[in-house]
Amino acid sequence: MNKYSDKIKSVLTDLGLSLLSIIVALIVGTLFIYLTDKSPLDAYSALYIGAFGSFRAIVNTLWRSTPLILTGLAVALPFRAGLFNIGAEGQLLMGGFTAGIVGFYFTSLPTIIHLPFAIIAGMFVAGLWGGLPGVLKAKLDVHEVIATIMLNYIAMALTINYGINLFKETGRPATPRIMKSAAMFNFNNMNKYPFLKDLPLSDLFSQPAIRLHLNFFLAVIAAVILWYLLFKTTLGYELRAVGFNPDGAEYGGIKASKSIITVMFISGAVAGLAGVGEVLGTHFSFMQGMDAGYGFTGIAVALIGQTHPIGVILGGLLFGALAQGGLEMQFSGIPSEIVMLIQALVIFFVAALQVFKVYLAKRKAKGGVE
Amino acid sequence: METLTKIFSLSLILASFRFATPLILAALGGIFSERSGVVNIALEGMMLFGAFAAVYGSASTGNPWIGVLYSMIAGLSFAAILALVCVTFKANQIVVATGINIFASGITIFLLQVLFGVKGTSPMVNRLPAFRIFDVRFNPITYIALILVPVAWFILFKTHWGLRIRSVGEHPAAADTLGINVNKLRFISVLISGVLAGLAGAHLSIGDGSAFVREMSAGRGFIALAAMIFGKWHPFGAFGAAMLFGFAEAVAVRVDFAFIPSELISAIPYVLTLVVLAGFFGKSTPPAASGEPYYKGEK
Repeated sequence: MNKYSDKIKSVLTDLGLSLLSIIVALIVGTLFIYLTDKSPLDAYSALYIGAFGSFRAIVNTLWRSTPLILTGLAVALPFRAGLFNIGAEGQLLMGGFTAGIVGFYFTSLPTIIHLPFAIIAGMFVAGLWGGLPGVLKAKLDVHEVIATIMLNYIAMALTINYGINLFKETGRPATPRIMKSAAMFNFNNMNKYPFLKDLPLSDLFSQPAIRLHLNFFLAVIAAVILWYLLFKTTLGYELRAVGFNPDGAEYGGIKASKSIITVMFISGAVAGLAGVGEVLGTHFSFMQGMDAGYGFTGIAVALIGQTHPIGVILGGLLFGALAQGGLEMQFSGIPSEIVMLIQALVIFFVAALQVFKVYLAKRKAKGGVE
Repeated sequence: METLTKIFSLSLILASFRFATPLILAALGGIFSERSGVVNIALEGMMLFGAFAAVYGSASTGNPWIGVLYSMIAGLSFAAILALVCVTFKANQIVVATGINIFASGITIFLLQVLFGVKGTSPMVNRLPAFRIFDVRFNPITYIALILVPVAWFILFKTHWGLRIRSVGEHPAAADTLGINVNKLRFISVLISGVLAGLAGAHLSIGDGSAFVREMSAGRGFIALAAMIFGKWHPFGAFGAAMLFGFAEAVAVRVDFAFIPSELISAIPYVLTLVVLAGFFGKSTPPAASGEPYYKGEK
């Protein structure tokens, strides 16, 4: 009984700290809006309307949150094992690039084979890209932060600079368009399918500029799988034990090195799925700029979600809403970079408030002894 | 053969100095910070903000030297945030530095619009005077960077103060028992790294060029981090690495290879750093307490 009430208390504390960071970030954000001679109230109402003001806005908020949920998960999972994955950006690029190549290279596969093949290939390559720093950490004691930073830039050179240049003849900074058979299902096309068109919302989904596609659901499924893995399996228990106390875990018979490599591979694959979805669902080719810093925003998403998979979904939705609403703000003459500033502020405040939480816990512990 | 002569032409080697300048400065900054026990992956953001501030200073006063001053203040201000949140309040250094990098991208583009009314590139401003050696422009910041290498070495390895910085990065608790103020030294070291990274930014915007372009640091803060590691956290080592990476950049810009695509040459610093970290060229070990906040009264 007591155990449950403690658990609820800790979840509420986490939720409270996250909400507090967001509110403080929005308040500090008003200072920047003042610099533009616009009213913060107008700016934030534009932000809100842009993100939630209509059916289309809400659906596109879900669309924008998709890669953020995935990169957020890719940061959150290793965080639980005491590892900091700054490499989601590079993993996303490797996954997206691979999916883009598989997507256009095979010309005569049916969707049922082509699409899963492209998704799995992208996730696998991204998994290897994430697993490499895991191996370096586990076997050679190379710090994963530095390794993943370096791999980000190597991935950029390989995919954006070198990879795209291989296809100069397309005339745009992108790989050739993927085949229809590799494209993810888009909700805008509901009306074209015999059963789906009879579903209640199909008319609403058919209005122009609806961008939501299959990958949002894959992202939610990924979050649920990772939640299960983290809290209901032995592997998850080991991961959390390693994160809590690596030496203690080793002493208790857990092979930390194996856990590190596994978690980094999974994390890379999940970040890769973000890139896969952008290529197969949003842009239909791997293009320059498609990563849009999702790998780094993912860090903010993971933190605001308190590195809990379900929290990460909520964090991803929040940042997706900021991104979608930021467009509307841009239309009313306020630079959408305000959104980036708010994201950065959220990171500062979550980090700072986390310290507050540790301080409270310490004081409580001390109080118990004295 | 022709390619070889091109690679080792004098002008190319001189150009390497130009490309290496921001790497040398930021890497020296990184050394101060990490030697004192604070990982600084925000060099990138500090450099970017410094580059912007330099252009703003030059634009608003017409004097590029004021721009240099502004760039150092800009780097210092971001460093103060990092130091306050991470050293004083003991927050996660990587998290906060990531926040600073995102903030730097956002604030520079935002201020471009607010202060200059443009989105991508600032108006042209007065740049620092240049001294030509053969056909390569050298701006004063390159000379400053070259002078600062032995200065940093002297401070860190030949003065009491430098010894203290290194001691709080290796064993803060031991330093503390000897009466050294761990957090104060770390705070100052982080501030030094910010000033140097900001100055590196000024080199990019008003030394090498004469305008600010969005995201113009383009990963150089991280290459500087790589140079620091490659140089084993030592000023002369980092200088050598920065020169090597600067040379690679100069080669990638100027020479066409038939066998290695020039797009991949840009990745050489990163690959080399991984190879070095993996221990293929002898072990490269960071200061022992790097990244760990120091709590007084704990082991």
